Amino acid sequence: MAARTTIEKLRILADAAKYDASCASSGTSKRSAIGTSGIGSTEGMGICHAYAPDGRCISLLKVLLTNFCTFDCRYCVNRVSSNVERARFTPEELVRLTLDFYKRNYIEGLFLSSGIIRSPDYTMEQIVEVARSLREDHGFLGYIHLKSIPEASPELIAAAGRHADRLSINIELPRTEGLRHYAPEKSAATIRKAMGDVRSGIDENRHARKSRLLRRAKPPRFAPGGQSTQMIVGADGSDDGQILRASTRLYGSYRLRRVYYSAYSPIPDASADLPPVRPPLVREHRLYQADWMLRFYGFGVDEIMDGGAQGMLDLAIDPKLAWALVHREWFPVDINRAPRETLLRVPGLGPIAIGKLLAARRHARLRLDDLARLTTSVKKLLPFIEAADWSPGSLTDSPGLAARLAPPAEQLSLF
Amino acid sequence: MPLVPLASPTDWEGWRSAARALCAEGVPPEAVDWRCGEAQRGLFAGEEEWRSAAPPPVAVRAPRRFLTLSRYVICHRDEERFARLYRLLVRLQGEPALLANAADPDVAWTLKRAKAIRRDRHKMHAFVRFRKLGERDGRERFAAWFEPDHRIVELATPFFVRRFPNMDWAILTPERSAVWQDGALRYGPGASRQDVPDADMVEAEWKAYFAAIFNPARLKVKAMTAEMPKKYWRNLPEAELIPGLIAGAGDRNKAMLETVVTAPSALSKRIVRRR
Repeated sequence: MAARTTIEKLRILADAAKYDASCASSGTSKRSAIGTSGIGSTEGMGICHAYAPDGRCISLLKVLLTNFCTFDCRYCVNRVSSNVERARFTPEELVRLTLDFYKRNYIEGLFLSSGIIRSPDYTMEQIVEVARSLREDHGFLGYIHLKSIPEASPELIAAAGRHADRLSINIELPRTEGLRHYAPEKSAATIRKAMGDVRSGIDENRHARKSRLLRRAKPPRFAPGGQSTQMIVGADGSDDGQILRASTRLYGSYRLRRVYYSAYSPIPDASADLPPVRPPLVREHRLYQADWMLRFYGFGVDEIMDGGAQGMLDLAIDPKLAWALVHREWFPVDINRAPRETLLRVPGLGPIAIGKLLAARRHARLRLDDLARLTTSVKKLLPFIEAADWSPGSLTDSPGLAARLAPPAEQLSLF
Repeated sequence: MPLVPLASPTDWEGWRSAARALCAEGVPPEAVDWRCGEAQRGLFAGEEEWRSAAPPPVAVRAPRRFLTLSRYVICHRDEERFARLYRLLVRLQGEPALLANAADPDVAWTLKRAKAIRRDRHKMHAFVRFRKLGERDGRERFAAWFEPDHRIVELATPFFVRRFPNMDWAILTPERSAVWQDGALRYGPGASRQDVPDADMVEAEWKAYFAAIFNPARLKVKAMTAEMPKKYWRNLPEAELIPGLIAGAGDRNKAMLETVVTAPSALSKRIVRRR
């Protein structure tokens, strides 16, 4: 077989990487190449340089070093028993591609993952070598996200953390039993330990940077963009409640920046073991909305699941609205008096609008047309709020409210 | 009526010093006629340009945030921007906390335009595509053609300096250009698309990546165009692939669902057995 060209490898290894949802380039330290001989900057806020027709942001060059893999995870397109085309980049090729893309302003940096070849340590060494070369040989200051291999040695994870902005380890399935069945080579305990190691790496580094003695140089940063993970939705039988409880544990125990949800989607050459029914894409969307409620709106998992049925979120309406419809005793909320935590419960009001609202109501009692300048849609709020010139009366408790607020059915047929 | 000439449509310094003096003299907002550019000057015979009577009788104050907001809003194409910002400045003298009230119509007007500018700048940071011209004295040289909605070239360029200080590059737009060469930045007049090469060697790899990272099982065209509206497509080399990717998605997805599961290869069985 003739050796593959870089572009052929790129086709195969980007295709193999696209089932990882994360492409974030935000939340890391601010850097600039001014005054160095290198290239690159990070601005705190991530930048999406393009969008694919699947609506996903393209911020990083997201590829695998290789899609050869000795593991046989059933949900994975790269599992050993799949007959997809295989390829492997050399570290030099990948460094060249990253720099060429970066110089043309196509990307914010690199998101590198890999199938497991030879051994977890060997694979992790190759991943780290790409990051090292970018940072040390080329003075690259752009964003680097590395996928850590849980079975790799802690020294290699530490090296990865020195070069990377973000580290991630995919938890893959929310329940230990699911992992045992669908990913026989992976162990939930090993994944948890690796996440714990990354968390302590980040914590110790933060502590060391803060408490250093005067005039001693700050130790180099360790994964300043934090760590994230991904769960596959709909490959095993876990319900939404179980998924969200797993997320709550992950956010709490390992202080993850993000949990990504990836609706199991058809892959070429799928395993016969997988459930024949694909989860609708909107399920993934509802999980993201619920995740937001956990992190920014002060909801608990049990409260969120109140709005669903049999452990599943309502697919027809967003989970915050679903919660409000079964908890009408909370409403209407007076926008001129209610505290922030109560306002966060109003469907259609988010933290940014609430921040503006709290500042604005110090100036005057807010009327509906004031509110219109602070939020995108006042109409959706009407059943749930009181303003200086508005009271919903019996609208809040009317039996037809759910139907009135549910979006038209056509928007639901995403799949 | 004071007729205030401004040097250019984005003459923030000129607007600021005039606004400060007018405000100190107590000139009401509706009495000022802001004019910018050579073309608008001296349109009517007998009109006289306003000159500041120094020194201003009282100090004019504004929160720091107003400085940032006004810098942004000056770059907007809205014709009312000078007058609106001046009115806000005058009101700030009596209501120093006014900017916190986003429900106020003047504040809301200003915040909305500042947001449009920030978005336009963000999109320029995202969608500029450099094409390589060659190398000179060991420095790689690039050029890009871009069409922003507003007059944001000066506002958007520092980002590229921070990111690419060791390459030479030019960003050309219809009204303004920015050139970074040997560590020095200079702004010049507008240019045309023909001043930038129409291809780059790396674009083939970039397009291959764009096509491969797309998942045909999750077609969401509206989500794409919400963030990457069609008006940007003509300057994005990868965008020419979009119609084909959308058209082919259904068949590719169907093929994945209908394909019979293949048996694992002999090699993969050996690898699994070895464990």
